[in-house]
Amino acid sequence: MEKLISEFSFGLFFWHLLVFVGLIFLLKKFAWKPILDTINERETSIRDALKSAENARSEMELAQADNKKILKEALIEKEKILKEANDIKSKTINESKDIAKIEADKIIKQAENLIQAEKNAVINDLKDQVAELSINIAEKVLKDELNNKAKHEKLVERLLKESNIK
Amino acid sequence: MSKTNYSHLSNKKFILIISFFISFYIQANDLDNQKDILTSKEIQKKEIKDYILHHLKDSHDFSLLSYTKENGEKKYIGFPLPVIIWDKGLKVFSSSRFNHGKKVAVVDNSYYALYHNKIYKTDEKGTIFYDENKHPKNIKPLDFSITKGVISIFFTAFLMFYIFKNLADSYKKNGKIASGVGRFFEPIIIYIRDEIAIPNIGTKHYKKYMSYLLTIFFFIWFLNLLGLTPLGINVTGNIAVTFCLALITFIITNLTANKNYWKHIFWMPGVPIPMKIILAPIELLGVFIKPFSLMIRLYANISAGHIVLMSLIALMFIFKNWLGSSLSFLLAFSISIIEILVAVLQAYIFTVLSALYFGFASEENNH
Repeated sequence: MEKLISEFSFGLFFWHLLVFVGLIFLLKKFAWKPILDTINERETSIRDALKSAENARSEMELAQADNKKILKEALIEKEKILKEANDIKSKTINESKDIAKIEADKIIKQAENLIQAEKNAVINDLKDQVAELSINIAEKVLKDELNNKAKHEKLVERLLKESNIK
Repeated sequence: MSKTNYSHLSNKKFILIISFFISFYIQANDLDNQKDILTSKEIQKKEIKDYILHHLKDSHDFSLLSYTKENGEKKYIGFPLPVIIWDKGLKVFSSSRFNHGKKVAVVDNSYYALYHNKIYKTDEKGTIFYDENKHPKNIKPLDFSITKGVISIFFTAFLMFYIFKNLADSYKKNGKIASGVGRFFEPIIIYIRDEIAIPNIGTKHYKKYMSYLLTIFFFIWFLNLLGLTPLGINVTGNIAVTFCLALITFIITNLTANKNYWKHIFWMPGVPIPMKIILAPIELLGVFIKPFSLMIRLYANISAGHIVLMSLIALMFIFKNWLGSSLSFLLAFSISIIEILVAVLQAYIFTVLSALYFGFASEENNH
């Protein structure tokens, strides 16, 4: 202890105190305060940036989930529309087919009717003609009968051959 | 006065090399009368011991190395430093007037001489009078000299100011990102804040102590490292310096102490009254012991480091054979590396303990 006291140099103590205390205040003003402030600011800004990045990420995730949902809905909608379209298509085709068939049937029927009518007309006409012819023949036959039986028969036969009704 | 003799150290080159590492000069006092009975090895040992003790002390000139000429004259390479003393008025002169303690400086009709690196007022022959304990009786003028230690302190202060001002400026220029050497120091600053100041003092009060904690850490660290350079500076191993540092910690602790702190010292809460009376003087003693331990710890660690390191280097010259010398070189080398660790460790311990004491002083009553 005595040695320590004898070693104690007042001059060194004085200068050291002066320089060291001065250094504390100088560094406080020019170095520590700006440095610590900057470090603090930087840390806050990093924390904020991380936080906002986290927020952005969760927002994006949310948006992505929304997108997926919308996409899924759109797909379902598409399927639905397609199905409907298919249904309508097949329905239309069937309806068209039915209509066409009915129409065709109608046309065919009309044609048949027409043909039948024509036929009937022709038949009627033929009947009229046949009746007229028959009457004529009968008239002739009757006239001939009265003249010659054999001759009449031959005449009838010939007349019939001539008329050639089918 | 002191006289130096190196003649037995035949190899001059060897001294040159070693003295470059440990700014070499020896003041072998009172050697003349003992020389006849001491062997050369014993003289050498005494010289080494004196040299180490001398190195641990502050010096009035900055000598880088010294060697002895063929004719026995001692040659120093270095530069003198200004001597400032107060002896009935301020007296300023160059330390070259002492010629490394060999001459008596004459200033304004007063005579001053160096004895064990201290300035004494003497007669014109430089006689030192001793009391019965072999202590000099001469008047010691107040010495404010710019010694080697003071120069080192100034240098460290300028270096620190330069480095940390640059770091602060680099933030402005570089968009809040450190550049250059500041990149190395910035994590240390953050470490001191996050691992030393905040855990010991608490988030509420730590800010007002930060400037001191940062300054003291880097100051002690830089000075410790400077002490490991071949310049042979020993500032933190000087009791005046550690006393000053501990004193500032002591003053800050007690100036910023709150009611709760004083209450814990003089009237410990939560114990019976007789215990309170017993504890008060113990706690009061603790107030002084805490900074005192800071002072002694730093002083002793750095001094011990220097003594061990220099003794190991000196061993090389005592052994003077290839095995012993190389072994002591190896030892000295490993101790140097440990001393680099000790340099930062002691700065860390001083800072942590200061922070701890500040923590006690600013602790809120929470129990």
